[in-house]
Amino acid sequence: MAEETFLFEIITPTQAMLSQQAELVIIPGAAGNFGVLPHHSPLLSSLRPGTIEIRERGLKVLRQIFVEGGFCEVTPDRCTVLAEEALDVKEISRDVAEERLKRAHDSLMVAGAFNVRIAAERDVRAAEAMLAAIEQLEH
Amino acid sequence: MANLKTLRNRIASVKSTQKITSAMKMIAATKLRRAQAAAEEGRPYADGMERMLGGLLASMPSLDNAPKLLAGTGSDGKHLILVVTGDRGLCGAFNSNVVRETKRRIIDLQHQGKQVRLLIVGRKGADALRREYSSLIVDVIEQAMRYGAKFDPARELGRRLNTLYQEGEFDVCTVIYNTFRSAISQVVTARQIIPFPREDVPVAAAGGEAPMEGAAYEMEPDEEELLAELLPANLSMQIFRALSESYASEQGARMTAMDNATRNAGDMINRLTLTYNRSRQAAITTELIEIISGANAIA
Repeated sequence: MAEETFLFEIITPTQAMLSQQAELVIIPGAAGNFGVLPHHSPLLSSLRPGTIEIRERGLKVLRQIFVEGGFCEVTPDRCTVLAEEALDVKEISRDVAEERLKRAHDSLMVAGAFNVRIAAERDVRAAEAMLAAIEQLEH
Repeated sequence: MANLKTLRNRIASVKSTQKITSAMKMIAATKLRRAQAAAEEGRPYADGMERMLGGLLASMPSLDNAPKLLAGTGSDGKHLILVVTGDRGLCGAFNSNVVRETKRRIIDLQHQGKQVRLLIVGRKGADALRREYSSLIVDVIEQAMRYGAKFDPARELGRRLNTLYQEGEFDVCTVIYNTFRSAISQVVTARQIIPFPREDVPVAAAGGEAPMEGAAYEMEPDEEELLAELLPANLSMQIFRALSESYASEQGARMTAMDNATRNAGDMINRLTLTYNRSRQAAITTELIEIISGANAIA
């Protein structure tokens, strides 16, 4: 039996980072992780900072990609993730992630206005998720 | 003749200017090619964003509870104009076109009794507008596109605009920038980005790529929260688009301007060389006449 797949894309503002056939993709949705298989019902979701996992049907993880938020559109034959920033977890160095977390904490400290605070809190969460992604990979 | 030397110097100086302009032209051409490629690669994101907004808006029965970014503040007394120019000159009318359109708008809006304020990207635009409208300028952002149009400055600007907007600093925001048509043609464009004009989203266009007829999207978390997140992201994307267009336009305009300058320098060198040769020849002829008439006088 031919394996069924769907088109999975990750698009950032500067490039289409990824466009490939996938069997199973785990997406960090705002309301919890969800898996996308072919013939998924149409769905729009926002994402929280976290790791997207492309897996084989047998659940083996093929690739992990960190996103710092974004949106996901699922149709029966396609799944498109729009993210302002997406990085292959393998390519993130620990130092960069830690530096980023530190900077986010700093800007949170000085944040005054409500909106600025929210943005800074978001950055902190994104940086934390980034570190978590690396740690998960290392184990 | 005394001015033979001045002519020679003049020719040398025009030649070195020509070398500079032709180098600048080639640099602009390379940057333009890269900017065009980048614009091409950025398109899927813009399309995707549009599709999601379209799908989302199509499924929202009313906009009564819509976020302010879409619904507006209910007034339009305070305008903010985001002026996108370059940091450097030597690019033809690229900067002055945007400045002219901005001034026209300011006068227009002030006539209608509205308040206008300016947020300027690029040193050149700021220099030109500071003379008359320095009291309106909220801030000037320089070096935003030093290494090409990047997304980070756009995101930053988006956040900043959103903050100002939520604090009630303005009601309507318009961005004025150069749209890239071709290397020789850039069109000044004004586009309202806050509140986001609903007509800009092709709701019906969801038809092509949409799920099946009648089967609307499921939303997670829910429509309103999703919209509240999607709109700021869309705002950043719109600004990014304006910045990218402007960057490509700047390179195109500079390439054309420098191409003209190089050609003019060539013409000038030809003219000067001709004058130089004529003067040289005239000097030789005069000398010969002097020698011959001297010899004749002795004989």
